[in-house]
Amino acid sequence: MPIAEKRLILKNLDEPGYTADIECYIKHGGYESLKKAVKIPSAGLINEVKVSGLRGRGGAGFGCGVKWSFIPPASNKPILLICNADESEPGTFKDRQIIYKDPHQLVEGMIIACLAVKAHLGYIYIRGEFPGGAKILERAIAEARQKGFLGKSVMGSGFGLEIFVHRGAGAYICGEETGLIESIEGKRPNPRIKPPYFPAVLGLYHCPTIVNNVETLCAVKHIIAMGGSEYARLGRPNNTGTRVYCVSGDVVKPGYYEFEVGRITLGELIYDVCGGIRNGNRLKAVIPGGSSAKILKAGERYKIKEKMPTGSVFEREIGLEDIVMDFDSLAAVGSMAGSAGVIVMDHTRDMVAALANLNAFYAHESCGQCTPCREGSLWMQKITSRIMRGDGREGDTDLLKSVADNIAGRTICAFGEACSWPTQSFVTKFREEFLAKTGAAKEKNSEEGSL
Amino acid sequence: MPPRPTTPAKTLPTDFLAKADETVAHYPFSARSATLPLLHLWQEQFGFISEEAIVWIAARLGQVPIHVLEVATFYPMFHREPFGKIHIKVCRTLSCELAGGRELFETMKRLTGATGDEHGPIHSPDGRYTLEFVECLASCGTAPVCMVDETLHEKLDTPEKIKACLDTHSTGGEPCPIT
Ligand SMILES: Cc1cc2nc3c(=O)[nH]c(=O)nc-3n(C[C@H](O)[C@H](O)[C@H](O)COP(=O)(O)O)c2cc1C
Ligand code: SF4
Ligand code: FES
Repeated sequence: MPIAEKRLILKNLDEPGYTADIECYIKHGGYESLKKAVKIPSAGLINEVKVSGLRGRGGAGFGCGVKWSFIPPASNKPILLICNADESEPGTFKDRQIIYKDPHQLVEGMIIACLAVKAHLGYIYIRGEFPGGAKILERAIAEARQKGFLGKSVMGSGFGLEIFVHRGAGAYICGEETGLIESIEGKRPNPRIKPPYFPAVLGLYHCPTIVNNVETLCAVKHIIAMGGSEYARLGRPNNTGTRVYCVSGDVVKPGYYEFEVGRITLGELIYDVCGGIRNGNRLKAVIPGGSSAKILKAGERYKIKEKMPTGSVFEREIGLEDIVMDFDSLAAVGSMAGSAGVIVMDHTRDMVAALANLNAFYAHESCGQCTPCREGSLWMQKITSRIMRGDGREGDTDLLKSVADNIAGRTICAFGEACSWPTQSFVTKFREEFLAKTGAAKEKNSEEGSL
Repeated sequence: MPPRPTTPAKTLPTDFLAKADETVAHYPFSARSATLPLLHLWQEQFGFISEEAIVWIAARLGQVPIHVLEVATFYPMFHREPFGKIHIKVCRTLSCELAGGRELFETMKRLTGATGDEHGPIHSPDGRYTLEFVECLASCGTAPVCMVDETLHEKLDTPEKIKACLDTHSTGGEPCPIT
C-alpha cells in the first residue's frame, strides 16, 4: 500500500490546467497569506516561524526563525533578503518544480519573509541553467508588482519592497551562501569565512542578509496561512512540516514526492512510493541527502537512540530500510538529510565508478581558495579515475581515505566536508571493491612489467 | 597597469544599451553587482565574451577590466570564443550517468560530428554544433538529460529519442544530417 503524500508545497503545481500566472495562483487562494501577514508586526511573523519549528530546506537544516532573529536589532544598515535558487547539489530537483510551475508561491513566501525581517530589497539567485525559470520568475514579479503586492507600498501597508532575479553562471559553489553573496557582488564566488561573515550580521554589501532556500520560503507562506503551531503538528518534534524528497537512480518510479518530515522511512520511500528497485535488481546503496551526504549500504545495521515523548531514551538497532527520513534520524545513522536528494543504486553498480563520478564533480567545482580542498579534491579525482582506467596502485584505497580525512575541517566553507564525505564513506563501506580493483590492477601492471 | 577602458569600436544597438541600463538599475547599492547580468546580456546578444565585452562592461560599471575578466573566466557558462549555432549541454553527474548519460554524450558526438578535447566544449567542423558535458542540471529524476540551447530534454535513453531531440533544434528547420 503506497503511503499517501502530504502535498502542501506541491499541492497545485501538477494539477491539470494549473498555470504559472498570477490569476491562476489567486484563484487557488494565492496571496491570502500575504493579506494576513501585512497586518502582523514583524516580530509576530518571526515568532510564528519560530513556533513552526521550520528548519532550512537548502542543506544545513538550520532553524529558520532562529536565523532571522540573528539580525542585529540595533543595526542601522539596510537589511537584505536572498532566495537561494541555485539548486545544484547533485540529486536535487525540487526547487525547479516550484520555480517553473508555481513561481508565485515563492514570490509570496519571499514577500512575507521580507516583511518579517524588514528587508526592502530582495534577490532571487537562480542558477544559470534555469534560463526559462528566470524569465518565469521575472514575469511573476512584474505581475505581483502590478497587483500592488510589491513596489512602493506592499498591499497599501506603506512597506516598500523590490525583488530582482539574479542569474548565476554554472558554478556549484554559488549555492554556498557566502559564495552566493560574493557572486551577487559581481565577483568570483569565493566563500567567506565564518566568523565573522555570518550573512545575518555581515552579508551582502556587508549588510545584514538573510539567505533562504526556495522551499524554505514557500513553507513560510504556509506557516502564515495555517499558523506556526498548526504547522508544527506536521512531521515530528524538531523535524516539523513537510519536505519534498527527490528520488533518482535505480528505482522504478523516480521523481519528487512530498511527505510530512519523518513520517516516512527510507524503505517505504524506495519500495512503496518509488515502486522498488528497477529491472528486478536488489538494493545496494543509497545516498540520502544530495551527493555530499555519506552513503548508506544495504544490510547495514545502525544503533540509534530514541527519545520517547515521556523524555526517556532507549536504544534500538535498525536497518537501512527503517531509517526515518528526517534531519535527526539521518544524522544519527552517520549521514544527513541535506537537500533531500535521494540517489539509489542497485547491486549491479560499481561503487568505484560511482565515486569517480562524484569526485570529478567536486574537483571541477572547488573554488580553489583553500589548499586542502583545491588540491585534495583533484587528488581524489585522479586516484579514482586511475583506478577506473585499471592503473590503480596498491595502497590507493587508504590513500583516498587519508586525503579525504585531511580536507574536512580545514577549509573556509563546508564544501570541504561535502567533497570528503563521499570518499570517506564509499571507501570505508565498500573497501573490498576498492581493494579488488587496485589489487587486480596491480596484477595487470606486474604482468605488463614482466613482458 | 591595467589596460585603460576604451570606447568600443562599433556602436552598440540601442535596445542592448537600454537593457544594460535597466539591469544596472536592479542594483542600487553597487553597480559592480551587474557584472554577471551584463556578461549574460552580452553573450546572449553577441555570442561570446570578447575582449571588447570585458572592456565595455568594465567601463559601464566603473570597474577596471580585470574585475570583469576574472569573473568571465571563473564561471563555466561564459565562453571567450564563438560557439556553434546549437549548443548542447549533456549532464555528466551521477544520476544521469546511472541512466546512460555517457551514451547520450557519445550519441550526440556521433550525430553532430563534434570532436576535440572533451575536457571542455567541443565543436562540429561545420560550426553548427557545440557539445559539452556539464554538471547536474537539477533534473535527476528524469535522467539522462541535456539542454539544447535554453530547452531541457529529459529521459534521452534511446538513440531515436536523442535524434528526435536534436531535430527539433536544427537550424532552418533542417533535420540533423546524420542518423
Ligand atoms: C557547497 C555548498 C553548496 C550549497 N548549495 C546550495 C544550493 O544549491 N541551494 C541551497 O538552497 N542551499 C545550498 N547550500 C546551503 C546554503 O549555504 C545555505 O545554508 C542555505 O541556502 C540556507 O537556506 P535554508 O536555511 O533555507 O536552508 C549549499 C551549501 C554548501 C556548503
Ligand atoms: S572549501 Fe573549497 S570551495 Fe570552500 S572556500 Fe575552500 S576551496 Fe573554496
Ligand atoms: S545528475 Fe543529471 S540532472 Fe542531476
